[in-house]
Amino acid sequence: MKPQLTKGNEAIVKAAVLAGCRAYYGYPITPASEIAEAAALYLPQVGGVFIQAESETASVNMLYGGAAAGVRVLSGSSGPGISLMQEGISYLAGAELPCVIADIMRGGPGLGNIAPEQSDYNQIVKGGGHGNYRTLVLAPASVQEMADLTTLAFDLADRYRNPVVVLADGNIGQMMEPVRFADPIAVPPPPEWAVLGTARSRRNLVSSIYLEPDVLERHVRKLEAKYQAAERAEVRAECWRTEDADIVLIGYGIMGRTLKAVVEQARKRGLKVGLLRPITLYPFPAPQIRELAKRVKGFLVAELSTGQMVDDVRLALEGRSPVEFFSRVGGNIPSAEEVLEVVERKFESCLRLEEVLVHG
Amino acid sequence: MASFTVTHEKSPSLFNRFERKSELQHQTHYCPGCGHGIVHKLLAQALDDLGVQDRTVLISPVGCSVFAYYYFDVGNVQVAHGRAPAVATAVKRSRPDSIVISYQGDGDLAAIGTAEIVHAANRGEPITVIFVNNGIYGMTGGQMAPTTPLGKKTTTSPFGRNAHTEGYPVHVCELLNSLEAPVFIERVALGNNKQIMGAAKVLRRAVENQVKGLGFSFVEVLSPCPTIWKFQPVEAQRFVRDEMAKVFPVVNLRDRTKEAQPWAGPPPAPPVEDIPRILGLEDEAGQESVEAPAGRALDLRIKVAGFGGQGVLMLGEVLAEAGLESGYEVSWLPSYGPEMRSGTSNCSVRLSASPIASPLISRPNVLLAFNEPSLRKFLPVVESGGMVLYNGAALPEDCVRKDLRMIAMHFSSLADKLGDQKVANMVMLGALLEATGMLEPEQVTGALHSLVKNKKYFDLDLKALELGGEEVRREPLPVGEDYLWGV
Ligand SMILES: Cc1ncc(C[n+]2csc(CCOP(=O)(O)OP(=O)(O)O)c2C)c(N)n1
Ligand code: SF4
Ligand SMILES: [Mg+2]
Repeated sequence: MKPQLTKGNEAIVKAAVLAGCRAYYGYPITPASEIAEAAALYLPQVGGVFIQAESETASVNMLYGGAAAGVRVLSGSSGPGISLMQEGISYLAGAELPCVIADIMRGGPGLGNIAPEQSDYNQIVKGGGHGNYRTLVLAPASVQEMADLTTLAFDLADRYRNPVVVLADGNIGQMMEPVRFADPIAVPPPPEWAVLGTARSRRNLVSSIYLEPDVLERHVRKLEAKYQAAERAEVRAECWRTEDADIVLIGYGIMGRTLKAVVEQARKRGLKVGLLRPITLYPFPAPQIRELAKRVKGFLVAELSTGQMVDDVRLALEGRSPVEFFSRVGGNIPSAEEVLEVVERKFESCLRLEEVLVHG
Repeated sequence: MASFTVTHEKSPSLFNRFERKSELQHQTHYCPGCGHGIVHKLLAQALDDLGVQDRTVLISPVGCSVFAYYYFDVGNVQVAHGRAPAVATAVKRSRPDSIVISYQGDGDLAAIGTAEIVHAANRGEPITVIFVNNGIYGMTGGQMAPTTPLGKKTTTSPFGRNAHTEGYPVHVCELLNSLEAPVFIERVALGNNKQIMGAAKVLRRAVENQVKGLGFSFVEVLSPCPTIWKFQPVEAQRFVRDEMAKVFPVVNLRDRTKEAQPWAGPPPAPPVEDIPRILGLEDEAGQESVEAPAGRALDLRIKVAGFGGQGVLMLGEVLAEAGLESGYEVSWLPSYGPEMRSGTSNCSVRLSASPIASPLISRPNVLLAFNEPSLRKFLPVVESGGMVLYNGAALPEDCVRKDLRMIAMHFSSLADKLGDQKVANMVMLGALLEATGMLEPEQVTGALHSLVKNKKYFDLDLKALELGGEEVRREPLPVGEDYLWGV
């Protein structure tokens, strides 16, 4: 298929349908509403289900029902709605049900505003619900990735029997870029464990209760092992011009795009700056960051939050390298020039030393 | 049914031995005289009678019946407190042949899950809901329920339920009866054998309705909880009969099963090959993407700004689409949110011969300003050597920059001549294209063609493009040496 100019939010739905998703449950919220609108348009046309639920609490439990019935299911929301979904996400993880949830982040806390922020990192990546569980988290930085990572999200959800979150922000959701979509796949057959209302599936049980401490411990350890397997197999990050970099910038989503522009501008000035853009936020690309730490002089993490992902960078580095942090919030997006100035100021000594070495 | 036979064997829809229980697998976890045990038996009987054991999916709630799946040899889904109707909805929608039973207590359904039950009922989900009302939170040890009768002492209403502070018992059947969609709503009781026999028939009907695909069926069961009520089982039954039934009348509130139309189920699924077309992804015949014109280091960073309704976002979209058709890398980023309502609107469009690092634009090299506030807002950041088109007869004196090519023209009045102010955006685009030659006219027409489906508007847009071009040809513009595109 040739590239089509597509809005980020719509790309999620189209990619989902192409990936065999046949049910959408959601509640409108800016800047995620186009997801529900596109789902309302397309799902009934492909023999699927669309329901505008009465709340995000209901939506996430509809995901639970659809997933229990062996269907690829999708929902989309933003901060306030995602907060309401957290109970359900914990149940989905506990009952090992696959589903995909798109969080198109906006400003918080509370009602905040509808402009882009990256302040849902903690509630999504660290798990906002109760219990020992994780969600797998993918962070698109372009509309093409909105599509590609949605496709991947469905595969990971099935492979790990776990909720997968596509974590983007208002800008990525609202903007249009060309997208080359994957070919459609047939709806996958329902998994063995699903409860279908058939003779074959009659003995199946979907539940998250394990009354006996030993049994629950075994269950939680099994989940833990699954997450460890994901940590080994699923880490993804884009490294750009890091081969010879003195300073590496780290940012995801829309911030990753700005940082790319920063790297371009820095390189024009002869400054050896590179970019590491996490594509999976859980599992976090800690190994890649540690590897870079062996040769770079420092890192700068930039986020549209007061500092959420930066904790994971610091944990990954365990003090091995200096980590500087830059943030804008409230819906403000820094310009590349603004970030570059910070990079130059914070790393003045090491960057200038390098310049001296390079230029004479 | 004319008669009902009480069997003393276990129903095949119940397991013979409760192997999902960790201990005492020959008996249930319910207290002696508990209504849940009775309802389980009656429900199992109904499933047997209707021959739907294999098709049944039972949704267990949170409450004393959280372990209903220990007993029912059917498909089982255990869910969060109060959310059973939402889960049931999704199972039924995706598996229309299944028989979905949402089984809930009064705390579960009438307190924490109020929204879910009301909306499942209001959508007329063709499921069966069994609402076991024992007027108390059994599982958590006897706290007040929304259905606890007035005056009744519980651990959280130690002085007796007081209407002024705790409100009145919630009448769920009556509440749901105010909705259009449900087809069957009835309250039954387990106060004596006669009532139990009656309950059996009603439960069977409520499942049968679903087998026939008729719609939302709801049965409330006034049910004893001897343990928490601190009654002997026989006393508890009397309490159901004499006290609960006074608060909650045992009646059928609705039976529209005769008028109800069976649910057709979801629409049929198209073949997989049709999906791209349905999603609007089919390539237009023969059209393949073009390579970017060689040798042009194009890097347009365009800011389009104006009032909402001036076609700002649309103009940006045409540029992006035409850029894509011309083989450039493109991005389009709108300002979104309250501005869309309250007035101003802008978007950032990038067209580039090389990959676009960021769709955000801090230093535009083209500004298309539809009003003075937009001109004033963005003019200071336009890159030297860039271009500004302004929708006004003349530039405000303090808005002239010598390092830019600036065109002031009243595009809205020109659009007026064509009979529609709304095409001012296309008049401006026509002028931009004429002045810069940055895109080929066919690509722009092509973009319009895919974006504007209405023939009338499409034709009008073409006229507007032409008009904009003509105006610029009539008044040739100064071309600076350092002009951005150079070509
Ligand atoms: C979100 C949440 N809040 C509270 C609880 C604790 N809880 C478990 S059962 C229950 C009350 C159940 O009462 P009811 O629905 O009437 O069922 P019964 O036990 O009386 O049959 C409560 C409050 C919970 N499990 N989840
Ligand atoms: S506490 Fe009440 S509702 Fe719960 S099992 Fe015992 S009698 Fe039944
Ligand atoms: Mg109760």
